[in-house]
Amino acid sequence: MGAASLIMLMLAGFTFAGMAIFISSLLNKGSVNRQKGEPYECGIPTKGKTWIQFNVGYYLFALIFLIFDVELIFLFPWAVAAKQTGWLALWEMVIFLLILFLGFLYAHKKGALKWM
Amino acid sequence: MWSFQQAAQQIHEWLSERMSAGWALALEMVLAGLMAIGLFAMLGLILVLMERKVSARMQVRLGPNRVGPKGMLQTAADTLKLLLKEGLTPDGADKWLFHAAPIMAIVVSMLLLAPIAFAMDFQLWDVNIGVLYVSAMSSLMVISILMAGWASNSKYSLLGAMRSGAQIVSYELSAGLSVLTVVTLTGSLQISEIIRSQADGWWIFKGHVPVWIAFVIFIIAITAETNRAPFDLAEAESELTAGFHTEYSGIKFALFFLAEYINVFVLCGIGATLFLGGPMPFHIGSWEGLNRIMDWIPSSVWFFGKTFLLIFVIMWFRWTFPRLRIDQLLNLEWKYLLPLGMVNVLLAALIAIKGWHF
Repeated sequence: MGAASLIMLMLAGFTFAGMAIFISSLLNKGSVNRQKGEPYECGIPTKGKTWIQFNVGYYLFALIFLIFDVELIFLFPWAVAAKQTGWLALWEMVIFLLILFLGFLYAHKKGALKWM
Repeated sequence: MWSFQQAAQQIHEWLSERMSAGWALALEMVLAGLMAIGLFAMLGLILVLMERKVSARMQVRLGPNRVGPKGMLQTAADTLKLLLKEGLTPDGADKWLFHAAPIMAIVVSMLLLAPIAFAMDFQLWDVNIGVLYVSAMSSLMVISILMAGWASNSKYSLLGAMRSGAQIVSYELSAGLSVLTVVTLTGSLQISEIIRSQADGWWIFKGHVPVWIAFVIFIIAITAETNRAPFDLAEAESELTAGFHTEYSGIKFALFFLAEYINVFVLCGIGATLFLGGPMPFHIGSWEGLNRIMDWIPSSVWFFGKTFLLIFVIMWFRWTFPRLRIDQLLNLEWKYLLPLGMVNVLLAALIAIKGWHF
């Protein structure tokens, strides 16, 4: 059916979610209550702001992920042609992965993978 | 023999005879959209029921058995209940993101359906980069989770979303690397091409050690990517109440729930397609007799059978392994699975070049 199916699926997704939310909003009346809007915290009001500075560990993992994700994208075209390109490309890939792995080892040595 | 492909062909011919090509295509689109929505709803109902029944059996319980015959209508009743519930928005939430997140989750899992081969030659879009498309789309899941967690103005949600972000992006690498082993052996990213390459045996049998390793890594990675136990840190109920969807109620919660199950289905379907042949029946090399007998079973039955087998395995995980801690989880990925996956891809390439696979 071709790439047009993507638009179709997207519309189907919006329709499905939209219909569900719309029908639900028709079916329930809802009531107003001051306590209802409080963020969940075992029955007591939450203290302080939610959107605060966060543990850097998560971001470090995201950064290392970025490196390896780009590497993965480079691997895809090679993987498709691995049979035709043969030994030369395989050795090049070994070297490529080795260099990236050195970077990974560096990050590991620096403690980027340690959870704080 | 009747098959999905023939049915689609007949509908196409019937429509083409009666109207112009543009209208026929438009009507087919509408039909396919309705079918996608139908499949979505059906899968949601079946998978939630299956989850509850499987967990009940694992714990020597009966599970839901009151609503409908053998509890078959339990999920329908639950959906109805969730429809009737009021959807709350917490004070101080980022309203726009908060309401957009469940819709985004649904749209992403709907888009994931595009390259799945439900039966032989029965795909919505047989794109030539099918495998890449799936890994690209499945990484969008994390955005809806982050949106939900960030917008909720709840600390539990934010923690859950952050954990989930770190976890999903990490395990995406492993999933990608294990997919690559099959791609090196097949030499194509197209789903239909990969299925056809398994006509004389599935890759799990043909591909030797690298494919076995890749299969195990893939199963672990998709369990983590879909936030399921033992990697369900994003919604670890004993620590974070419900994680990123703590503040969601009513139908919006149901949409998240549904999207999660559809993602499990789609990723298991991709796993089944890559490693277990998808809609390809069980064939052994040139054993004509056996292959002929196996062809009698329709390809859609093969696909759904394999997919549900993998889903069952993932549900089995939930009641077998205890939940990991976040640092253990990331260690497992970065210190074991990722290096192993990288070596594994090179090994698979070696086998592909040498022609050691069957």
